[in-house]
Amino acid sequence: MKDILSGNEAIARGAWEAGVRLAAAYPGTPSTEILQNIADYKEIASQWSPNEKVATEVALGASIAGARSMAVMKHVGVNVAADPLFTASYTGVGGGFVLVTADDPAMHSSQNEQDNRNYARFAKIPMFEPSDSQEAKDLVKTAFEISEEFDTPVLFRTTTRISHSKSIVELGERVELPALTTLQKDVPKYTMLPGFAKLKHPKVEQRIVDLKERAETLPVNRIEMGDPAVGIIATGTVYQYAREAFPQASFLKLGMTYPLPRRMIEEFRSKVERLYVVEELDPFLEEMIYLMDVKIDGGKNLFSLCGELDPGALARGLTAGGATGAEPSLLVEPAVEAAGLPQRPPTFCPGCSHRGIFTVLKKLNVFVSGDIGCYTLGALPPISAMHACVCMGAGIGMAHGIARVMDAEGDIKNKAVAVIGDSTFFHSGVTGLMDTIWNRGASVTIILDNRTTAMTGGQQNPGSGNTLDGEPASMVDLPKLVEALGVRRVAHIDPYDLAQTERVIREELDASEPSVIIATAPCVLEFRIKNEPWTIDEELCTGCKRCLRVGCIALNLVEEGETKLVEIDPIQCNGCGVCAQMCKLDAILAPEPVKA
Amino acid sequence: MTHDSTTTNVLLSGVGGQGVILASYVLSQAAMAEGFDVKQSEVHGMSQRGGSVVSHLRFGARVASPIVSMGTADLLLSFEPLEALRYQHWLRPGGLLIYNAIKVNPSTVAAGLATYPDDIDARISAAWPNSRKVDATSLAEQAGTAKAANMVLVGAISSRLPFADDTWRAIIAKVVPPKTVEANMRAFELGRNA
Repeated sequence: MKDILSGNEAIARGAWEAGVRLAAAYPGTPSTEILQNIADYKEIASQWSPNEKVATEVALGASIAGARSMAVMKHVGVNVAADPLFTASYTGVGGGFVLVTADDPAMHSSQNEQDNRNYARFAKIPMFEPSDSQEAKDLVKTAFEISEEFDTPVLFRTTTRISHSKSIVELGERVELPALTTLQKDVPKYTMLPGFAKLKHPKVEQRIVDLKERAETLPVNRIEMGDPAVGIIATGTVYQYAREAFPQASFLKLGMTYPLPRRMIEEFRSKVERLYVVEELDPFLEEMIYLMDVKIDGGKNLFSLCGELDPGALARGLTAGGATGAEPSLLVEPAVEAAGLPQRPPTFCPGCSHRGIFTVLKKLNVFVSGDIGCYTLGALPPISAMHACVCMGAGIGMAHGIARVMDAEGDIKNKAVAVIGDSTFFHSGVTGLMDTIWNRGASVTIILDNRTTAMTGGQQNPGSGNTLDGEPASMVDLPKLVEALGVRRVAHIDPYDLAQTERVIREELDASEPSVIIATAPCVLEFRIKNEPWTIDEELCTGCKRCLRVGCIALNLVEEGETKLVEIDPIQCNGCGVCAQMCKLDAILAPEPVKA
Repeated sequence: MTHDSTTTNVLLSGVGGQGVILASYVLSQAAMAEGFDVKQSEVHGMSQRGGSVVSHLRFGARVASPIVSMGTADLLLSFEPLEALRYQHWLRPGGLLIYNAIKVNPSTVAAGLATYPDDIDARISAAWPNSRKVDATSLAEQAGTAKAANMVLVGAISSRLPFADDTWRAIIAKVVPPKTVEANMRAFELGRNA
């Protein structure tokens, strides 16, 4: 049977077919759908974890118990998970253990475009990279076999174009592995005291030597001879682009990209006239090939270190580097995008509870130390009221750092406010707040509690009261949690009430001790909340544009000659009334109450 | 046809929430049902929040790249006029542009920071003389629900693709909510004949 699957769906299917028993993840684009699809396979215990470090530890525990297990995250999540990953490289595994990293070249939905292939070399573990959905599914199974054969975690690297591209996949059956009945105990293997770890390090180094040998014979690495005039070494989606751009060329197609098969690369070099290495982001393959003393005729000197490639860019780049045989239609320099068009950036949904908070923060002109989530869109015009955003949970610590060095006595514009969502707070904001309290800080933290992990599509979190599979679960009590950390000032606001929101934020900024403001309002998108639209009193509206400052796509300024008027699109409007609170002329009218 | 005579390149563009992804799904399933190799690529994530959305679809005997290179699309199906203008340079010379007439204001226009162009139709017909504008929302309302506008547009592109009428209908019946099958079929029909 075959189906059209995205790379993420195929990885989930591959995990199921490989007999995986446990999968844990924290959501993050472009990785999120992997666990969401795994959750449909009831044979796999699957769960969201509060962050990627915990997800990795949960998966490692299951591996130690003997189960095939998987941890899944976006590229920056591996930074969070790096601590257990690097030492899991020393412990090795019980059941096979695969960590999936979904990288985001071009930063479609990310704060950086780090090349996580470097983690394989850094942690000294093997790595696989699929080039379409069929390979994604098949390589997951290979990854588990290699993990067990070499007693090592395996890094499985996908990119946005693999994760979110769909292609036809032949489906297989699940491997049934024996039930786990006895928990094995092995102190030197899993307890990384220095004495035991010192015994492990040489084994890790030998493992890479052994893996290099294995890479020579693994069928996922293969030479595909065509015209010997041009040879191309590639992996992942870039391999497909290269096939498109140079259909007659010869290829060394790599499915395992760390460590590399030296003899196969030397053999390929000897068979082709000109040899090129094509890859997105870092010269990861190129540097290793350079160290093998294999001469190449072009690599990163022909392409940017930034962003994605595509077939056209490949055709033009390699042709500039002396390669022949590019598809002629791809050599044409594309027309420039129509200039001067209004941009269409993502924005707060109509009715979103973040709009009111950011409208007030902009008015107060405080420094907003932000975080990762939908609310990061508060940095974009017309609101433009977020002044820093670095990584998950960073905003609270940064606000504390700012407060420790700024002499902000009395002047609100020199004060910093941390703004963080509920899921991000659970992920890694808690420790930042603990630091602020412990180190006698006084900054204000606003927790935007919309009851979900909204930006990635509405996943459960420790405050949701249910799990990935929808089962009821214990719910973190946010006010009690922050009180337990030592916060004495905990305020609650209705983020749709601008006057109250402003008054409370001002009060807390004036206080001489740290405070937490909790704004609880469920995500209108996730919980499908739809309120009656508001309307404009055309007699009163002067088109002054004050309401437009809230940045809502339901509002539209109409100019006809001398007449200026704001219209409200009744389909888009979600009845939150935030724009009406901006209007000084009371020209925005609430819907008539429905008569019983 | 384009650089590869066996591959057809389609680009779909629109605004988050308009059903671009569902329409792409229908097209790719139809291609597979007709025995083609097919690849489709889209970007989720931040684009869901009212941002610009684009989906690449390629089918043929054997497809390598999942993305359509600029200047090589045979067809551009756009769910919104501004998003037609934004992606028109993806078309190959002589390619066909089909676009929805209904505007959706970007947040930059709603905020008064930019102006929605008032000459889109003229610019499109100057650059693409055989472009087709479809009033998908009106036709969808005629079919029973404005929400079926994406199936009107699927209908509009269907007559340009080598798939059987039954193939389209079988897939649409499978992917839309059961209660809306009839309205979506009517929407598809209206689009197909538009």
